[in-house]
Amino acid sequence: MTNGGATGRIEINDLGIAFSRNGWTVEAVRRFTLMTTPGEFVALLGPSGCGKTTLLNAVAGFVTPTAGQVVVDGEVVAAPGADRGMVFQHHSLFPWKTVIGNVEFGLKMRGVSKVERTAQARDYLNLVGLAGFERAYPGELSGGMQQRVGIARVLVNRPRVMLMDEPFGALDAQTRLTMQELLLGVWREVRTTIIFVTHDIDEALFLSDRVAVMTARPGQIRDLVTVKLERPRAAAVIATPEFMALKARVLVQVREESAQALSGPRP
Amino acid sequence: MGAVPEAGTAPLVSTAVVPADAPALPQFVRWGRPVRRVLSIGLFFVIWHLLTKWDVDLYVRFQNIPAPWEVLEEAVALLAGRAFYVHILASLERIWLGFAIATVLGVMLGLLIGWFRFAEDTLFPPIELLRPIPAVAWVPLSIMLWPTERSSIVFITTLGAFFPIVLNTVHGVEAIDRQLVRAATSLGAGRAAIFREVVIPGALPSIVTGLSVGMGVSWICLISAEMISGQFGVGYFTWLAYGIVKYSQVVVGMLTIGILGMLSSALIRVIGARCMPWLPRRVKDEA
Ligand SMILES: Nc1ncnc2c1ncn2[C@@H]1O[C@H](COP(=O)(O)OP(=O)(O)OP(=O)(O)O)[C@@H](O)[C@H]1O
Ligand SMILES: [Mg+2]
Repeated sequence: MTNGGATGRIEINDLGIAFSRNGWTVEAVRRFTLMTTPGEFVALLGPSGCGKTTLLNAVAGFVTPTAGQVVVDGEVVAAPGADRGMVFQHHSLFPWKTVIGNVEFGLKMRGVSKVERTAQARDYLNLVGLAGFERAYPGELSGGMQQRVGIARVLVNRPRVMLMDEPFGALDAQTRLTMQELLLGVWREVRTTIIFVTHDIDEALFLSDRVAVMTARPGQIRDLVTVKLERPRAAAVIATPEFMALKARVLVQVREESAQALSGPRP
Repeated sequence: MGAVPEAGTAPLVSTAVVPADAPALPQFVRWGRPVRRVLSIGLFFVIWHLLTKWDVDLYVRFQNIPAPWEVLEEAVALLAGRAFYVHILASLERIWLGFAIATVLGVMLGLLIGWFRFAEDTLFPPIELLRPIPAVAWVPLSIMLWPTERSSIVFITTLGAFFPIVLNTVHGVEAIDRQLVRAATSLGAGRAAIFREVVIPGALPSIVTGLSVGMGVSWICLISAEMISGQFGVGYFTWLAYGIVKYSQVVVGMLTIGILGMLSSALIRVIGARCMPWLPRRVKDEA
């Protein structure tokens, strides 16, 4: 399951995304530039409405940029594809498919045989701690379990990139912490590049190699914080002085940008 | 990773399907339901019996209405003969044909109209125009259009079921969560796969609702058409019985229609539930 180390290089070059509707134009992202190394874990942190989801959508290929481009492993992103999987905030499993049916979906699309895809899907369900839940329907699972199915469903495709849009935002604090530890465990196994959007500063610092702090809309990078905390990380790192120092630095910026977001977009 | 707390505690079967306190329900509540249902039907017959026995005349008049036991006698007599079955079979054949045609056409067109802008623009306007016309109003035209009585009645039945099926299918498709479509594309699904794996199952609950409604409407249309223009069928039988002053036969005809309609709706419900095992069972106040 390990990434050969070669894939998952994302280059977001001078990206601009604007939405127009009835003559109104909303500029969601402006001159956004970010490079990731293969297998890196990058968190995107920024005030509500600053364009984080839009940015992920551009990497996934759901929206077309109005300026600049996204390049993944040398290919310009033009459309959605299985090499860039997305874990949504909630309710994106197929309710009519069982857990294993959801996880197998990508393999089915590639024409993998039934036996083979069941075997692979099981491996990934084990990886996210859901062995035994193959036959359940998503509606029968807790929020945290549904998100784990969502993660397995993406990873079974062995994507270059996994995009995660506030995947744990709707979970309670305890489950959220469990899910963060689980995600780190899974990521250690698969080593795919992850871009992880969150509102939660602790979550961003705990999980990632680098945290990109975004400005208020139109979103740009305000600061790129490298998190040099040793891995594997345990929940206790949150209390270390290094963590506190990083948090203080990020917090000030997020506060300023949130205040900025309330007073309207920059010209 | 083994120490994921919720995996151990969360039940495999959802709490929505089997309420956690199900085994704790008192005896009488569980036995109470079938008993209540039987009592409710029994009460209906008792009231009917009393109304006809006393020849109640309170603006609505019950003097000419047959009593339950008269109807029962008549039913036994009819079921012993052959003629009545010919009528039942004629009606069932028309319902089955009309409903099957309406299902195939309605679901196919509904899926296309709901999903493809081009299909919506080209196919939907005539449907919207014809929809408000009650199927019974089609009877004269239908007799002119179709060469046989059978085909014209099947046509009316089809029309009745068609509109609810199309509309519900269209709404079902239009209500599909865009997020699911995005999820599918980013998992490698192409256009055909999205239609097959997302659009059709996503619209299924709404399609089944359309089929239920359509089944009800097609019975209404069938019976009306048979009464107006038939020479066979339960509707014809009932209308004829009225004409020849056999009032208990009228009621037998009515009850037969009721029972057949109820059975066909139940059939749709059962098949629908089979096709959609992911839907939670309905929850009701048990107090
Ligand atoms: N399809 C769209 N049409 C028009 N405007 C849009 C569209 N999608 C996003 N926007 C606008 O772009 C801006 C950025 O939205 P986006 O959803 O990316 O923010 P976000 O950072 O993800 O916010 P949140 O943290 O609340 O999820 C918002 O002002 C939003 O209104
Ligand atoms: Mg968002």
